[in-house]
Amino acid sequence: MKQKTANGATAVPKAPTGIDGLDEITAGGLPRGRPTLLIGGPGCGKTMLAAEFIVQGASRFDEPGVFMMFEETADELAANVRSLGFDLDKLCGQKKVALDHVRVERSEIEETGQYDLGGLFIRLGHAIDSIGAKRVVLDTIEALFSGLSDHAVLRAELRRLFRWLKDRGMTAVITAERGGETLTRYGLEEYVADCVIVLDHRVTEQISTRRLRVVKYRGSPHGTNEYPFLIGDHGFLVLPITSLKLDHGAPLERVPTGVAKLDEMLDGHGFFRGSSVLVSGSPGTGKSSLAARIGAAACERGERVLLFSYEESAGQLVRNMRSIGTDLERWTKQGLLRIHASRPTLQGLEQHLVLMYQAVREFTPAVVVVDPISNLTMHADDAGLKPTLMRLIDFLKQSQVTAIYTSLVSEAGAAFADSEIGVSSLMDSWLMLSNLEANGERTRALQVVKSRGMPHSNLVREFVFSERGIDLIDVYLDSGRPLTGRLRMGAQGVAANPEAAPAGATRSKP
Amino acid sequence: MTSSAVDEPARPARAQKAEWQLRLYVAGATAKSVTALANLRRLCETHLAGRYEIEVVDLLVNPKLAAGDQILAVPTLVRKFPEPIRKIIGDLSNEDRVLVGLDVKAVGK
Repeated sequence: MKQKTANGATAVPKAPTGIDGLDEITAGGLPRGRPTLLIGGPGCGKTMLAAEFIVQGASRFDEPGVFMMFEETADELAANVRSLGFDLDKLCGQKKVALDHVRVERSEIEETGQYDLGGLFIRLGHAIDSIGAKRVVLDTIEALFSGLSDHAVLRAELRRLFRWLKDRGMTAVITAERGGETLTRYGLEEYVADCVIVLDHRVTEQISTRRLRVVKYRGSPHGTNEYPFLIGDHGFLVLPITSLKLDHGAPLERVPTGVAKLDEMLDGHGFFRGSSVLVSGSPGTGKSSLAARIGAAACERGERVLLFSYEESAGQLVRNMRSIGTDLERWTKQGLLRIHASRPTLQGLEQHLVLMYQAVREFTPAVVVVDPISNLTMHADDAGLKPTLMRLIDFLKQSQVTAIYTSLVSEAGAAFADSEIGVSSLMDSWLMLSNLEANGERTRALQVVKSRGMPHSNLVREFVFSERGIDLIDVYLDSGRPLTGRLRMGAQGVAANPEAAPAGATRSKP
Repeated sequence: MTSSAVDEPARPARAQKAEWQLRLYVAGATAKSVTALANLRRLCETHLAGRYEIEVVDLLVNPKLAAGDQILAVPTLVRKFPEPIRKIIGDLSNEDRVLVGLDVKAVGK
């Protein structure tokens, strides 16, 4: 058995699948020249994964492939993978892919006396030779078990087939149905033992998530966790924890927040590029507005911004931000701002994450706003949130994207540390918004709880919205007591008209 | 079984196609293929004398032909005509089952 070498490289040669994430989990791809067993129940995406393995091999890695299918016809398969943006017909025309549909119909076959599966070998061999294939998919070869009654012969022949594929140096993917007592229904794991991948489709609290797990990989280290995956418009996407190691870069460049006074609190320059920023607060403290403002400021600098909104629709957000002097529509029209508004319950948490991941890779924004992260947990248990968020935070950090996360704290007086769903330790900067209630008036306040790597203000500032935008007002001390709102205005000699006072204008979310 | 697709017309003199058109797919001259062909010939002579045609296809020579008739196992006997197409896999050692498979009325039974 091949072992890991000292420098961490593996002795087993790999054939990259070209599938985002899967190659990372398997440290480079499937074992080259060996069969891999792909197990899953109906509707788990076995065929799609196998098809992508062939398509990517043919189009990106110059490894032509044979797809032998036992259930679908060639036309059906071509139509199905077209939904992933793959053109099988074209690849077939270029002699990079060969499709062969093997139809097994019990009712049409009479058996008498001895036989072997020589015909199958010949067909496969012919297909391989005709295009010089390096990859082979057998989907789902178990169909033979229902088509032929002599299972003893069949098993012997399958053993011979897998051996034969190995001898020919084919990197093969063999799909199989999940079984009850054994991994697969017909115990194929007995014959294909180099690499086993299980796909799973689970519904928790009415939300379904697809997951992938590498059960076994002979001679190679691999991620053993379950990873969520998505079958999107561009094929398969598996989401690994991108950084088991903390090795992201730390740029020195600063990102202004778009609120001059806030920049001042942050050493005069704003956040670090690529840092993670948490904006927390109880309802109505202005989290969304502040986060959107920071995003708009990036657009003003000509940077791309991706905003995930889980509470407000894009239209609502645009309207609300306009009321405080920020025109988001202008940026969406210029293509600098993209707003993804969706219900958090639309998908599982992992699925959201995969979508975010895809959107970020597609749009390559400089700033990402997630508003709010706390809402994503609505139907998921809290235990699942932290690792998931960790993945997101790590991924964005690695891509050097500045990320703004808002988080709702249910009660104004909730315990400081627990209230941030345990992610505050992952954040580089933390802005805490709160409501101060005194003398029959509520005013908003902002403080920088932490901001790694820079001197920052420890003062609590009053946080004011107006049609001109967001502003912070220095705390006015009156005989050692901070005064806010009308009291401050009164003391400062500003006309204390509550209706005119911008701080009194309420903007609430539904 | 040296050539690829050996036409073995039972009645070379007849111009039109025989009533029973059978095709036997094999992969080289293995023991199973030889047995199958011998069994088939004997059976046809007994029950379909003068009304049949056997074509032997060696897939080692003509691998392309395997996909057309959905050949998986060898030997496979395919009844091309009369329709519908029927398939019998194996060395055809059980005559009764072959007759049932081909839907041939046994002579003298």
